[in-house]
Amino acid sequence: MSARLRWLVRQPWSWSFAAAIVVWLVAAVAAGQGAGGALTAALAFGTFYVIVGLGQMVVVTLGPGNVDLSIPSTIALAGVIGMKVMDGSNGGIVPGILAALAAGAAVGLANAGLVFLLRIPPIVATLSASFIVQSIAIEIGGGLLVKPPPALAWFATAAPLGLPLAALVALALSLLVSLVLARTIFGRTVSAIGQNRRAARLAGLQVNLVAVATYALSGVLSAVCGVLLASFSGGASLDMGVEYLLSSIAVVVIGGTSVNGGRASPAGVWGAALFLFLLVSMLNTLGFGAGTRMVLTGLVIIGVITAAGGERAA
Amino acid sequence: MGRAVLPVRVDARLLLPVATFVILLGAIFWLQPRTMSYFGLNLMLNLAVPLALATIAQMMFLTINDLDLSIGSFVGLVACITATWLHDRPWLGVLALLGCIAGYAAVGALVQWRQLPSIVVTLGLSFVWLGLAILLLPSPGGNAPDWLASFVGFHMPLVPLPIVACVVIGLFTHVLMMRTSFGVVLRGMGGFSRAVERAGWSALRARMTLYALAGCFGVLSGLALVGLTTSADANIAQRYTLLSVAGSILGGCSFFGGRIAPIGTVIGALTLALASSALTFLHLGADWQVGAQGAILIAVLALRALTGREREA
Repeated sequence: MSARLRWLVRQPWSWSFAAAIVVWLVAAVAAGQGAGGALTAALAFGTFYVIVGLGQMVVVTLGPGNVDLSIPSTIALAGVIGMKVMDGSNGGIVPGILAALAAGAAVGLANAGLVFLLRIPPIVATLSASFIVQSIAIEIGGGLLVKPPPALAWFATAAPLGLPLAALVALALSLLVSLVLARTIFGRTVSAIGQNRRAARLAGLQVNLVAVATYALSGVLSAVCGVLLASFSGGASLDMGVEYLLSSIAVVVIGGTSVNGGRASPAGVWGAALFLFLLVSMLNTLGFGAGTRMVLTGLVIIGVITAAGGERAA
Repeated sequence: MGRAVLPVRVDARLLLPVATFVILLGAIFWLQPRTMSYFGLNLMLNLAVPLALATIAQMMFLTINDLDLSIGSFVGLVACITATWLHDRPWLGVLALLGCIAGYAAVGALVQWRQLPSIVVTLGLSFVWLGLAILLLPSPGGNAPDWLASFVGFHMPLVPLPIVACVVIGLFTHVLMMRTSFGVVLRGMGGFSRAVERAGWSALRARMTLYALAGCFGVLSGLALVGLTTSADANIAQRYTLLSVAGSILGGCSFFGGRIAPIGTVIGALTLALASSALTFLHLGADWQVGAQGAILIAVLALRALTGREREA
């Protein structure tokens, strides 16, 4: 038992899940009831965090300095393009999704071009790219709110038996990303680059190709999030991605992925996403004002990362 | 490569931000000749001063390879304290501002002690600052202290105050960080902390000092901002977080190795501030303003990366 406990404590994702459970219980006790409802809501909103978090995680795993700050604008662009192509009809769903994913991949490839061809540090490269993407999204969106097709809107909001369907998409994507990271040459190369880029190159791995694909993957996942988010909230708005800039980084690191790269923790993204949402809803339930809520959120984030420790030896 | 190469390379690092700035300023003068006056320069550059100060604060973090994602919220908090407490009860305001700086130093100690990633700690910290600011000033308002407004609005003879302020900020930080042994130790901590620690310096004290310095410049930034806007809002400086990162990289700082460039950083911040003026004078549609700013950033950074052989990727 204690051996199993020790194993559990050593897992990078255990802290985020522990934090999520504590917050969930506090919220449930404080509210007196509705723990199940809170969990459904957490899964519904957490889905978006998880999807962008997975992309951010793979980028962060590439090593120090690698981060994707263009996620919010990619979400907006993909959402706008997707909704425009679908034009509110169920028949347009497939081309709409494809167009959105293509847009996401294009942004990711553009980011990679800036980072690897022009050798701009990823933080400023993706930030600058996001400015341009934002302008394109504004231009395409044109200030009109296009409603999502009814079937897609149903899919994004439905939660039979308290389990949101969109969360299943996120779950499938998580399993896929975990599998790819753990079992494919691509995934092992991502980790190898994060641990030692030079060693990875000298070992004959396709360092540049894999790194480019990683940024593209983050773009595609942002696009998935954009389409789902637009369908969930009744249309694509240009600022719907804003909160995912910081939260995508937060879920990755709270989830136990190493900021120094080389070690990803896909399961932890779930724990951290649920934790972040439940934390805010717990503070809401307890009746705190906006200011106090933010201060406590900040302190809890710092507390969790302090408790989980920084870069412990692997 | 010997020592003789070193000063030349340092100059080359400064060349790009300076060239960008001069080209941009020239373009503005050409587009709108009326800006080429005391009044025009004052108007264009005065909001650059708080941004330059915030960018210097970010540079303090970069010195030790950290990143501050909370500087925008922090400047907002300082602005709120300034427009309320510092105006009504000056001693309380001063105490609160000193407390903010101490808070930064404490966070530095925490990051060092537990070896935490600064990016996440400052992310959490940004919520703390913003929350405190909202508690203090739930809706935009407040008043700038009179002495502050008159100091910031002071009309210098011949040279506009923002220019003098930027020169002073740049030179002061340059001397502090590049020309004193104090600065060398701090930068050494970013370059090779183990070696500097072996030589007997405390990494804890260095990180706390740098975080506190960032806090000081953040406070100055908030003061300057409130002096200009005469009222405050918790979200007044949110843009500063990312702009300060972009400005310091534009100015020649690096994410790794404690390589910083104080004068370049001030010029980088000025360039970002001017870029938005230039785009306004170009009569570019509002939709494309942000995009053009991104394009300028990319162009300059690409030039920098292609000319100077940076070893980061």
